[in-house]
Amino acid sequence: MAVSSAKALEVERLRADFAVFDELVNGKPVAYLDSASSTQKPRQVLDAMREFYEHSYANVHRGVYTLAERATEGYEGAREKVRAYINAPSNREVIFTRSATEALNLIAYSWGLENLGAGDVVVITELEHHANFVPWQFIAKKTGAQFAHIPIDDAGELQLDALDEIAARGNVKVVANNLVSNTLGTINPVEKLAVWAHEHGAIMVVDAAQAAPHRHIDVQALGCDFLAFSSHKVCGPSGAGALWGRRELLDAMQPFNFGGEMIRSVSLERTSWNELPYKFEAGTPAIAEAYGFGVALDYVSEIGLDAIEAHEHELVVHAMEQLAEIPGVRIFGPPADRRTGIVSFEVANVHPHDVAQILNWEGVAVRAGHHCTQPLMTRLGVAATTRASFYLYSTHEEIDRLVAGLLKVKETFGA
Amino acid sequence: MSELEQMYREVILDHYKNPRGHGALDPADATAEGQNPLCGDEVTIFVRFGEDGETIDDVGFEGRGCAISQAATSMLTELVKGRTASEVASLPKEDLLEEIGIPLTPIRLKCAILGLGVLKVALHRAKGTPLPPEWQGLADDLTI
Repeated sequence: MAVSSAKALEVERLRADFAVFDELVNGKPVAYLDSASSTQKPRQVLDAMREFYEHSYANVHRGVYTLAERATEGYEGAREKVRAYINAPSNREVIFTRSATEALNLIAYSWGLENLGAGDVVVITELEHHANFVPWQFIAKKTGAQFAHIPIDDAGELQLDALDEIAARGNVKVVANNLVSNTLGTINPVEKLAVWAHEHGAIMVVDAAQAAPHRHIDVQALGCDFLAFSSHKVCGPSGAGALWGRRELLDAMQPFNFGGEMIRSVSLERTSWNELPYKFEAGTPAIAEAYGFGVALDYVSEIGLDAIEAHEHELVVHAMEQLAEIPGVRIFGPPADRRTGIVSFEVANVHPHDVAQILNWEGVAVRAGHHCTQPLMTRLGVAATTRASFYLYSTHEEIDRLVAGLLKVKETFGA
Repeated sequence: MSELEQMYREVILDHYKNPRGHGALDPADATAEGQNPLCGDEVTIFVRFGEDGETIDDVGFEGRGCAISQAATSMLTELVKGRTASEVASLPKEDLLEEIGIPLTPIRLKCAILGLGVLKVALHRAKGTPLPPEWQGLADDLTI
């Protein structure tokens, strides 16, 4: 595939892959600073999906005709790309889901309902996304397990000295954590948590939705048991996500959804399940989306995750320096060297919704809200924050426009 | 005047910075709390009725939110004082929007009418006034 970049990331050349950057918002070129929410799509992904639909589309796995074979090849080829991207031992351990959220729900239901009970402890963190928080809260209540959280310090980093107290509460069975916080950008010590989880006989569940687009992911090096991420945050289409799990755990689990490809045989008396990974892929999957997901992984891999990470680091350093100079702006979270390309902040006396609204008039797109991390908002003592987040196509100039926009916010509010 | 200047016109910023009816009423005859799931903003409304048990004598609110939601709720308290519970229960949102008088996108519309919805829930609970379907979501409280 032709990617318009050498190994050192050339942002202007890459931006030419994204038609959206020709778009004007309120007469101004869009400065898209909401990639933590979802990323924009390069033409390589869009073209490949269109071509797939026009030349290789049918339902997967069932047909014996050529189009079905091509579709299955495309779909299974994408599974192999996901496997390689996260260095999973086998593509039988890679399950396509609708999203990272669905992947995390799958674990909570299929593993949690069977394996949790009174006396057990489910451990999440104070900076978890709701998708890795609420399913565990729900299943803990259903099964009578305790629901414990690892607190964060004022810089938004996990306080691992709380672990002993948590372990004393009962049998720790699950530790669930995001590798990167979607709100603060904090890079969490998942490897350490995985070691601790295993010492206590627990499984380690990693939400990598916010990490996988920006850093090398190696499930074997992380030492985790499950890992989830999504396509739409890594330049792929929405509607596709992936779950990786250890074979022995997946083998022992019951399915999450029923019907379609997950069936081996059905009779009036009993039903048996298909082998991995199909056991967890009920119904017609998002075929072209999974295919596009694979193409997107190729796209970012060819640019290089090291180059992307270095580019985002430069941007976040620049953004934090610039924002710190605006009186009344407070940045949340850790220093730049311990976060990815995400900056959450507040402007004194101006609500984030109003900040984002005024920035939109300047063509600057940022996210305002709780970012699906309400317990974290409570910990920070705010209802919401404004969040700017960057990706491989983000530029210093866009950050400068954000800064200029914030001065306009302050002027409008007399703040 | 630009669209931006219209949205954040002086009267909105004035209500935002100096909200009328701000603060809890204790005791209150009717109260309800609601959230805007989009941003986690919250508003709690307190109502006191006059001697007839119908007319809204005083209304107060607490909460946190954007300039639009706070200014709209502040304006709401002025709009409903002296009206009866059933009048307010059937008050169309357009009446409040007219009062606010600024162009709103569908998302910001939710901010603007949060306070009105919560007030309708409070009246519904205290007086059994009808709660049309569009407001019922605010009254649901299913938790785990």
